Amino acid sequence: MKTIVEIGAGLAEKKTSAVEVATAALASAKEDTFSAFLAIDEAGAMAAAKASDERRARGAALGPLDGVPVALKDNILTEGVVTTAGSKMLADFTPPYDATVTARLKAAGAVIIGKTNLDEFGMGSSTVNSAFKPTKNPFDPSRTPGGSSGGSAAAVAAGIVGGALGTDTGGSIRQPASFTGLVGLKPTYGRVSRAGVIAYASSLDQVGPMAHTVEDAALLLEAIEGFDANDSTSSDAKKTVWRDALRSGVKGLRIGLPREYFVDGMDAEVDSSVRAAAKRLEALGASVVDISLPHTKYALATYYVIAPCEASSNLGRYDGVRYGHRAADAKALKELYEKSRSEGFGPEVKRRIMLGTFALSSGYYDAYYRKAQQVRTLITRDFEQAFQSVDIVLSATSPVLPWRLDEKLDDPLAMYLMDVLTLPCSLAGLPGLSMPSGVSASGLPIGVQLLGRRFDEATLLRTAFALEKH
Amino acid sequence: MPRADFQVVIGLEVHAQLLTTSKLFSGAGTSFGGAPNAHTSIVCLGLPGVLPVLNQRAVELAIRTGHALECTVAERSEWSRKHYFYPDLPKGYQITQYEFPICVGGRVVFDGPDGEKSVRLTRIHMEEDAGKLVHESAASLVDLNRAGTPLLEIVSEPDLRTADDAVEYLKALRDILVWIGVNDGNLEEGSFRCDANVSVMRHGSTTFGTRCELKNLNSFRFIKQAIEIEATRQVEIIEAGGKVEQETRLFDPQRGETRSMRSKEDAHDYRYFPDPDLPPLLLTPERIERSRKELPELPRARRKRYVDALGLPAYDAGVLTSDRAMSDLFERCVAEAGEAKPVSNWFMGELSRLLNETKTNTADVKFSPVQFAALLKAIKDGVVSGPGAKEVFAELFATGKDPSLIIQEKGLAQVNDDGPLLEAIAQAMAEAPKNVESYRGGNTKIIGAFVGAVMKKLGGKGNPKRINELLTEKLKA
Repeated sequence: MKTIVEIGAGLAEKKTSAVEVATAALASAKEDTFSAFLAIDEAGAMAAAKASDERRARGAALGPLDGVPVALKDNILTEGVVTTAGSKMLADFTPPYDATVTARLKAAGAVIIGKTNLDEFGMGSSTVNSAFKPTKNPFDPSRTPGGSSGGSAAAVAAGIVGGALGTDTGGSIRQPASFTGLVGLKPTYGRVSRAGVIAYASSLDQVGPMAHTVEDAALLLEAIEGFDANDSTSSDAKKTVWRDALRSGVKGLRIGLPREYFVDGMDAEVDSSVRAAAKRLEALGASVVDISLPHTKYALATYYVIAPCEASSNLGRYDGVRYGHRAADAKALKELYEKSRSEGFGPEVKRRIMLGTFALSSGYYDAYYRKAQQVRTLITRDFEQAFQSVDIVLSATSPVLPWRLDEKLDDPLAMYLMDVLTLPCSLAGLPGLSMPSGVSASGLPIGVQLLGRRFDEATLLRTAFALEKH
Repeated sequence: MPRADFQVVIGLEVHAQLLTTSKLFSGAGTSFGGAPNAHTSIVCLGLPGVLPVLNQRAVELAIRTGHALECTVAERSEWSRKHYFYPDLPKGYQITQYEFPICVGGRVVFDGPDGEKSVRLTRIHMEEDAGKLVHESAASLVDLNRAGTPLLEIVSEPDLRTADDAVEYLKALRDILVWIGVNDGNLEEGSFRCDANVSVMRHGSTTFGTRCELKNLNSFRFIKQAIEIEATRQVEIIEAGGKVEQETRLFDPQRGETRSMRSKEDAHDYRYFPDPDLPPLLLTPERIERSRKELPELPRARRKRYVDALGLPAYDAGVLTSDRAMSDLFERCVAEAGEAKPVSNWFMGELSRLLNETKTNTADVKFSPVQFAALLKAIKDGVVSGPGAKEVFAELFATGKDPSLIIQEKGLAQVNDDGPLLEAIAQAMAEAPKNVESYRGGNTKIIGAFVGAVMKKLGGKGNPKRINELLTEKLKA
């Protein structure tokens, strides 16, 4: 199990080659013990690895990701490589273009090994909602790696690739990172382009890194972030050399522990892990204070109005007309739509499309969507208020440890409750990071979540870096 | 006449395609025609992962339209998604402006048969067009060339009361849009389309009747027909004791009827909500003001100025301002020539004739205003005769050569010197002694025959005024 920094060092010191590293990664990806992959791009990976070795031989290596094997969640488009979003609807969809993040990783020399499993269109927290297969947690294959970026989490945690990209709409990077002992960062909304990322909920979706270490995550973020003319919501915030920002410590930083985030039914080991992390930060010179984010309790309901509304709209294009699953025996247009969509979408996707369609319907819009947007503003203000007196908000990432794959499957509401600590950050568009903070008595990873001010990934990363080293 | 007791009430929704080279949210081209789906991109095909990026040129044209129609241009407007399932709509939604349009209020002023009229506008908003379906016997085919083309939807208040006024309003609106360069005004190709909301009420009533929306009105003639047919249909329903149902109706020009497309109950629930892929459209007061300053003088104002300041007849003013390029060229020629009426005469006469005959666009004429003014001066100075000037102008139009050069090359210079004139006069008098006697006997009208004869000897190039003077002198002697 090697970090990006370690792989990079091996390549730089010529102890190994990108082709060797890629060959090993492809072999274990094909073996795929934890069902992390939906597609493997052997030809593309080998060509990229060769090109990387040639660059290095010429003394023209591109940077810390050159020759490093990575994986992409399968809702991130890859030109010429099937991209399914974990859905039968797109089982045979080969994109004619790269997502901006894909192109940027390629430009940085990264070697894309394959595409990773996810809950269909990113809707879920277990990867069980994939139309193809559930992914297993490398720490305990009978348990979930979390979701929806569970495939990326498992691929990195199992050491198949150095790092991976996930997408996070309500916690889909952070929760699986927490469940598999990784660092997962959801950047500030707008920092990373969404162009070429299959939309779930456009006002919440962000692409971000999943990696073994804070430094690795920083390196991946550096490669993918920045303004993109093809995404009107992408920010022109200045690019940063994150690695330089990591080592300045936490002395003088103020850490807030929101009392609303210590929820009922929270696992006792998770609870004490958060408090222990706070103690460690205090020992490093930060001050820890209790804070309140009073509208937290409305975040779940708000999210489960806004995200399904946007999803019901974003998924309207999958109609069987131009691409994607098309019912074989439809005789009329309406039947073509009904059958193609009934056959192409899984139950959780249908549930959210129906929820969103209902909430946007004439006569219900004000009661649901508009109200949810108003509450979203209140949740955002909670954070703005809190960040006047603290620099970082610290909490658990998930209130529970990874559950067994055969648990909770038939209770969607219980599943939704698992996202309660990651949703507010998404609604407020803030950067959020999950990192390992210990292991349970049963040997399962525990994660803590750090939240920062908008576009203040620098403070987030240096706090995480300090916590990681101690 | 059942109509006599009733007042027709009409409101119009115009969809005008903006003259941009690319689509509203993608770089794909917008030209009409082309092989099906040739003008498409990953964005207008609605592929997974694509995002809209606003065409700023389209925004400029929308702002300009807002100023031309005296609207309030909003500093903040918003994009919404309008949802329905149909194969002409690749994303399953149309990006449009709903709660917050780019322009609010405004009006269109036009001259109806009974004087000036003003129709208030409700709003103007921007939106993307849908594609189209081609129905064949075995299948329906989808052509997405038009999908994503930028449109303005210009919505009037229900201020119109006759089908004729509705047509005049549309013509005036179209003239303005074409004049300011935002639309090509083409009804047949569908780049200027109109839906009409029609209701009837008894004269003196203060509440409008139930309205029906009429679609498929793709010529001014059809618009007039459809409104009149629909109004009669509604009146007949009411007079028979029935109630008009609110619905969308299709005009069938072949059968001369409107028929139901969908009732209010069948109406789509479009589930509008703000498009999360697009931030609100924010316009600075400076940008709005800059566009206002750049707005050209509009045709009505220009017509008025031609009459009031240039002293042209209203008819001339109307013809000259029927086309922006013609009017602009006229302006420049007047500026060079320093007078309007002679320029107007040439424009309304020879220039229009030549443009028509050669099917030339005014924008493509070869001569410059300086050259045109030089020709007028040559006429005034007697360098070239009236008939000669027409020949010069024809050559000027065809080649763009300087008039002085044309006069020289074609030998069209007028003979003004007394020497050759007197010589020709002497010959003419010698050839017709009886006519000389006749003149001297009091038949002064016969001078015309002498002028003709003299002119003939000079190949038509003699200065007619001087010939007249000299002849009179010689004949009297």
